[in-house]
Amino acid sequence: MASGAMQEEQVKLLGIWVSPFVKRVEWALKFKGVEYEYVEEDLINKSSLLLTSNPVHQKVPVLLHNGNPIVESLVIIEYIDENWKQNPMLPQDPHERAKARFWANFIEQKITEATRTALLTEGEQQEKAVKELKEAMEVLEGEAAAKLNDKTLFFGGKNGLGYVDIVLGWICNWVEVIEEVGGFKVLDPQKQPHIHKWMANFVEVPLIKPTLLPKEKMVVYFQMVRQAVLGLAAKK
Amino acid sequence: MATSDVKLLGAWPSPFALRVHIALNIKSIDYECLEENLLAKSQLLLQSNPVHKKIPVLIHHDKPICESLAIVQYIDEAWSSAPSILPSDPYDRAVARFWAAYIDDKWFPWLNGVANAQGAEAKKAALDQVREGLVVLEEAFGKCSKGKDFFSGDRIGYVDIALGCFLRWVYVAEKRNDVKLLVEDKMPGLAAWANKFCEDGAVKDVMPDKDELLEFANMILEARAKLNASSNN
Repeated sequence: MASGAMQEEQVKLLGIWVSPFVKRVEWALKFKGVEYEYVEEDLINKSSLLLTSNPVHQKVPVLLHNGNPIVESLVIIEYIDENWKQNPMLPQDPHERAKARFWANFIEQKITEATRTALLTEGEQQEKAVKELKEAMEVLEGEAAAKLNDKTLFFGGKNGLGYVDIVLGWICNWVEVIEEVGGFKVLDPQKQPHIHKWMANFVEVPLIKPTLLPKEKMVVYFQMVRQAVLGLAAKK
Repeated sequence: MATSDVKLLGAWPSPFALRVHIALNIKSIDYECLEENLLAKSQLLLQSNPVHKKIPVLIHHDKPICESLAIVQYIDEAWSSAPSILPSDPYDRAVARFWAAYIDDKWFPWLNGVANAQGAEAKKAALDQVREGLVVLEEAFGKCSKGKDFFSGDRIGYVDIALGCFLRWVYVAEKRNDVKLLVEDKMPGLAAWANKFCEDGAVKDVMPDKDELLEFANMILEARAKLNASSNN
């Protein structure tokens, strides 16, 4: 819990229930034991608070700390880590921190982006994204095989969950859903045994388990998104 | 610190490697610069960055650090004495990281997109987008600098490095397309900042020469165009 605060800390998170970027920030806040108010945004009728807090991107998540906005999920998570010192998410050693940031960046550039593209495209474009996603998962599997074992379940190492786990965690809930909606397959327990073991452990973590979303509801949502985007693309 | 303790695998035209040069200079760190031939990558590079096989890579005490902004943060943290590259306040750090992310995720791909745009209309659209991004960054500069010379205030810092490394490539895009991108009357803050940045002690000796870079860019872009033309036949 935030201790010794001179004034009452006001922490507000603007999000939507189905965003993996918002979910990461929630996990980071819960990991730190920071109390916050969650506000569900309507992305079709964006609130003036959202628009003034994130004028550049007009997206969620937005963290408001005592009225000050912080945006972009990875930036928010590092802010949370640096502002609330208990339960560090990033390692202390600068070289280990650099490696954690490297992997967070890899996940974002190669896995998150490719998944988004695979959701929103079809045909050759989608095939290319799925191929990139498979290659990225192979690389990640290599890192998981090197880092994780029966004693070290998470990328955070001896301390359990860490920054990389929180950044990667969305794959547990979202990839299966997007595979179903997009009509492709990337997850393969035979080819990615270490990633699958990590996912099985991640979803059992007490702070994570209650936050997992119902798959059916997510499928309906992402089907709608995919149809809307492909419909728009077809009109061009 | 022994020179061989710190090695930078880079390439002189690379704006990402330039970021690391500048960060090392800010901290007055002695380092060995190893110029990579990107058509014939060294064993050291392939071993140090097996995931991406890209420069820059910083090697410190034989341990590699990859990804330019991760390296700059590493330099700031491993050599923690002044001058600092990121501010100390967590909120100011978040603002700096936000703008660095905007530059890398939005603005640089637009700049890169200019070279890839096919046809006059696409080129114009690409150039307009770069300029629009600079207008956003002009506003950011106003807010972050608070009237001082740099995004970080009195001395160059994280966002200055993140954006400043591209100034020569902006020049290249301007010359190749016969346009102005960094338009002084639309972006007076950035125009003044650009001059000061290039003159800074940590920057001026490592910034590539304008005309050399233009020659280099012309050469690779023309080679790429020929390759595309022949593969389309």
